Amino acid sequence: MRSVLTIAGRQFRSYFNGPVAYIVICIILLTLGFFFWKTFFLFGRASAREMFRWLGLILVFSLPALTMGLLAEEKRTGTIELLITMPVTEAQVILGKFLGVLGLYAVLLALTISYPLSVSTLGDLDWGPVWSGYLGLVLQGSAVLAIGLMASSWTSNQLIALFVALTLSVFFWVLDKFLALLPTNAASALQWLSFDYHFQSMARGVIDLRDVLFFVSVVVFALAVAFRALEARRWS
Amino acid sequence: MSDVMIDARDLTKQYGTVAALKNASFQVNRGEVVGFLGPNGAGKTTTMKILTCFIAPSGGTAQVGGADIFEDPIAVRELIGYLPENTPLYTEMLVLEYLQFVGKMRGLRGAGLDARLRRVVEETSLGEVIGKSIGELSKGFRQRVGLAQALIHEPPVLILDEPMSGLDPNQASEIRELIREIGRERTIILSTHNLAEVRVTCGRVLIISQGQLVADDTPDELAARAGKPRFIATLKQNGHSASEIREVFSVIGDAQSVKEQAGGAPGELLVEVVPKGNQDLRADIFQAAVSAKLVLLGLEQRGENLEDIFRQLTTGNGGASS
Repeated sequence: MRSVLTIAGRQFRSYFNGPVAYIVICIILLTLGFFFWKTFFLFGRASAREMFRWLGLILVFSLPALTMGLLAEEKRTGTIELLITMPVTEAQVILGKFLGVLGLYAVLLALTISYPLSVSTLGDLDWGPVWSGYLGLVLQGSAVLAIGLMASSWTSNQLIALFVALTLSVFFWVLDKFLALLPTNAASALQWLSFDYHFQSMARGVIDLRDVLFFVSVVVFALAVAFRALEARRWS
Repeated sequence: MSDVMIDARDLTKQYGTVAALKNASFQVNRGEVVGFLGPNGAGKTTTMKILTCFIAPSGGTAQVGGADIFEDPIAVRELIGYLPENTPLYTEMLVLEYLQFVGKMRGLRGAGLDARLRRVVEETSLGEVIGKSIGELSKGFRQRVGLAQALIHEPPVLILDEPMSGLDPNQASEIRELIREIGRERTIILSTHNLAEVRVTCGRVLIISQGQLVADDTPDELAARAGKPRFIATLKQNGHSASEIREVFSVIGDAQSVKEQAGGAPGELLVEVVPKGNQDLRADIFQAAVSAKLVLLGLEQRGENLEDIFRQLTTGNGGASS
């Protein structure tokens, strides 16, 4: 566990030594601000619902930029060799990397708390859906980050990792958007696989264990695949 | 633990249809500094990656300090300090930050970590750049950071993949000195192309070619084994033709061959005389020159050098596996 935290800590700090994390966080916050305040006063409601709606979407598009380098860059520069030949297992490396980027994501989420706070000064804000919405963001974000880490484990090219992660996470987000075109059975199966379907119910204030388990399963699956990919190196 | 620190048995590595390593077996004892020599792509790096458990061999196995690379890779890694080729480091980190990270990964904490940090920074003379970011460092300093990270947990075994490549001669000699210093109490395997370096730093040489070990000896023995002495006489030409001069030396009874050599200054002739056995022919050459009234400007004895042996062993003809 100590090694996992050491790897996570190094990863977390290294984000602040380079420009990528700052740029991504700025873009996320600016985009969010634009979309949120654009319509906020039209609704005339003291609700943070819109923030979660937008943030859920923005994060699906932007988080892969934070994960693209996690393993790909280490493979490109060869630092992975030093990391793996320390007394750690592949599982510890994957977990450490994941926790490192999750830490950065937590910082990002903490920065958005200004939105519900300012809304609460304008009217009577119901904090219940805010907290469940944040839980939803944590869960959906973890899934997107885990998928990004998985994509990063497949290549030594950051851009390919970015592209694959974007494709996958946007695919899972968009799944429930074309349901009307499909027969009912297929529609409900697809809906169940959609990130947005599970996330939106939490953004409304409903915490359903099935939604939680869905995201947790995606995370576990993606991390397991990343672990296998990293381990496969030994036998190639 | 026995005295054998590294015991590689029949290591084979197959990349698809290409065999990078074929049945390589060798042992390295505690305290030995072994030079791993071979042309690019011969299998040096593959062997090192196998020993550090970065990749697994397709056949055979190895033990480091008694721990098997398959059964207990973590224990193997704990015993090894490793410097991969090209010294891959996190360039965005500060030197101190990086060494602290490696120390923690190696299980060091608190005062123990600080003490070890101070020691390796001193050993590798990193004091003046400790607060700099690794990306700003010169190649020489980066190499030292690479060595420092390999040393931080006081490993009994060091595996260094081309620690001197890309350094200027001053940097290289500093690093060489450092490795010699470190090697007093540790087992070291280092790979290199540089033969002069091997003679200075290593007590033993393993030569690998096309995935096979072709030699395992001390640098001196290796030179002696493969090399007959040769004698190079420098003569003033004075209008003599090369064939006349060859004839003069052919009278020496113990000479196996007399050849003209290229590379003489204008007006000079170089003649190489190889004895039949290991005889010293310098006196005979001198006598022959005097009796034929040739002016002998110089006379030199050369053993076959490591370069020649290396070339012989690694170009495919004459590599008996040892």
